[in-house]
Amino acid sequence: MSPETMSDNIQNYVNDFNQLKIDDWLDESRHSALKLFKESGFPNSKLENWKYTDVRPIKKKSFSNVPGLTTSVGTEEINAVRFNGLDCIEVVFINGLFSKEHSTLVALEKGLVVENMLDALAKDKDLLAKHLTKYADDKVSPFTALNTAFIQNGTFINVVPNTVIEKPINILYLSKESNSALATHPRNLIVMGENSEATVIESYIGLDDANYFTNAVTEVALSPSAILKHYKIQQESLNAYHIGNLNIRQDKDSKLESHSISLGGALVRNDIHGQLAAEGAEIIMNGLYMTGDKQHVDNHTRVDHLKPRTLSTENYRGVLNGKSRAVFNGKVIVHKGAQKIEAHQNNANLLLSDDAEIDTKPELEIYADDVKCAHGATVGQLDQNMLFYLRSRAIDEETARSLLTYAFADELISNISFAPIRNRLEHLVIGQLPDTALIREFTNE
Amino acid sequence: MLNIQDLHAKIGNKEILKGLNLSVNAGEVHAIMGPNGSGKSTLANVLAGRNGYDVTKGTVEYEGKNLLKLLPEERAWAGLFLAFQYPVEIPGVNNVYLLKAAVNAVRKYRGETELDAVEFLGLIKEKMKVVKMKEDLLNRSVNEGFSGGEKKRNEIFQMSVLEPKLAILDETDSGLDIDALKIVSKGVNSLRNEKRSVILVTHYQRLLDYIKPDHVHVLSDGKIIKSGGPEVALELEEKGYDWIKEEAA
Repeated sequence: MSPETMSDNIQNYVNDFNQLKIDDWLDESRHSALKLFKESGFPNSKLENWKYTDVRPIKKKSFSNVPGLTTSVGTEEINAVRFNGLDCIEVVFINGLFSKEHSTLVALEKGLVVENMLDALAKDKDLLAKHLTKYADDKVSPFTALNTAFIQNGTFINVVPNTVIEKPINILYLSKESNSALATHPRNLIVMGENSEATVIESYIGLDDANYFTNAVTEVALSPSAILKHYKIQQESLNAYHIGNLNIRQDKDSKLESHSISLGGALVRNDIHGQLAAEGAEIIMNGLYMTGDKQHVDNHTRVDHLKPRTLSTENYRGVLNGKSRAVFNGKVIVHKGAQKIEAHQNNANLLLSDDAEIDTKPELEIYADDVKCAHGATVGQLDQNMLFYLRSRAIDEETARSLLTYAFADELISNISFAPIRNRLEHLVIGQLPDTALIREFTNE
Repeated sequence: MLNIQDLHAKIGNKEILKGLNLSVNAGEVHAIMGPNGSGKSTLANVLAGRNGYDVTKGTVEYEGKNLLKLLPEERAWAGLFLAFQYPVEIPGVNNVYLLKAAVNAVRKYRGETELDAVEFLGLIKEKMKVVKMKEDLLNRSVNEGFSGGEKKRNEIFQMSVLEPKLAILDETDSGLDIDALKIVSKGVNSLRNEKRSVILVTHYQRLLDYIKPDHVHVLSDGKIIKSGGPEVALELEEKGYDWIKEEAA
């Protein structure tokens, strides 16, 4: 190992790994993932995939990979970040460690399994062996390999065929200051049986302004005609680092709706990779990122149209303030023979300050000839005519600016059909804007 | 109420208003007529405080205050209203929420209690009838997908709810068919009283058949070149703008 990689704290991860002492059927995968990570080290900006995102702050910091530590979190603190009045199944993790006490996993609906990953590894070996590590590729990202090495806490969800789960499943990953800076590696697996339907929310929330590192990986397998609505709400502390990887494999006529809302974090990278592996599969990807100060938020998405008559629709919107920087990279690959597919992609950005910066790059690779593809990206500022119109109607400038910003962001959120989630997200977006007395006239609060 | 003295204004390097004088008393309706490019809309925009206009000389006094020093919203709080020539579409901002926020911002400025939702709905119900405002338009985003006539009607509806002291109507008649023109005029006329003043900026005499002005001014090349009663508008209609330019020359 070169001295340079040693200084990247890689040995630190290796030492913590050696202390894990988990001895189960997955251990071989963990070891080979760690080996991959040791060899590759952290990605650098010479790699095309990491060109605009410098992860040196993460690699320079010495994190502890032992979850839980000394922090205690009270029920009130958790209630404050729960969905108000939403009747849901809740899985709670505190500093990476599953909290049975705060989770509501008793008396689940028929046909539904929700478990902490460690329990699932022991109980559902056959199903996990079939799916776990099969969709997230350790070779694609060193962070995914690192996550695989540390698989123990996380959420396993299985919906059996022909079952509709009405209650949303809300997974809360809560982080709070501990006696040493913590790296957590949540690993989630969602297996949807044929013709099943469910809604899953992954929330990553910092309860204070602690410095920590979340390295999450979620794998999703959709059987034929399965429908999953997946929400990711990233509200990490403004001193935290967040790397999140969502990987989906879709069978015939299945449908995935992904809504990714990124509000917190000092350094954030969200990757989504969807594989449309059979005819009729459809993926919808909506994303909203709102950044300020010196935040850096990178959204990379990739859709593989592997088979004919598959459909992808992507809409990402960004609102950038302060000296923040955002990256959008949306890749669509239409594979050979994948005729009559449709791929639509759009990325719109609103720059609220002169110092904010966006790098947006749509990428289309098409190896079939009978396809419908469209993509577009825009970067703009608040419309002066709209601002003047509002001000001429007695709306003060700050409220007018907030209102137009809100309207821009809300074009994504207002499409969410499930009201409790839509309202919660609208509330969160409003919370990101300068608070003025008048802005509440425009919301339902 | 409004006193404009020797007003000069530029857009970029181009001087548009070149020494305009106008005095409007409470309760009066003034029509400002003029050919395209004479500075009519510039006057309306300068009075409402739009960015991009550079006032190089002159004063505008409104109710004893220096109007030009006020922000656009401060002018609205003080009772000035501009009905836009081209009302702006604002996706995602609800029409009726905007109006409620506007009403309450003005009330707050005046030290009055703010209206709650029920009180506000009571207020707008009557006003909706006057301009035949459809309820579904109210609940849409501001002007989004409205026809040209609906947009203009929405302007007049907003005006009637906000009850300004000084209303400036910038070519509100343009693009309206005769029925819409009658509705809009009815809305304006219903607001006329001894305290409220109106400035009608228009290209055509037609509007003045429905809203009778007390004074008519002809604007040409950035200055008012003729002022008089309603007869001036009729004369213009008959003889065109060239006649008056020649007379003034």
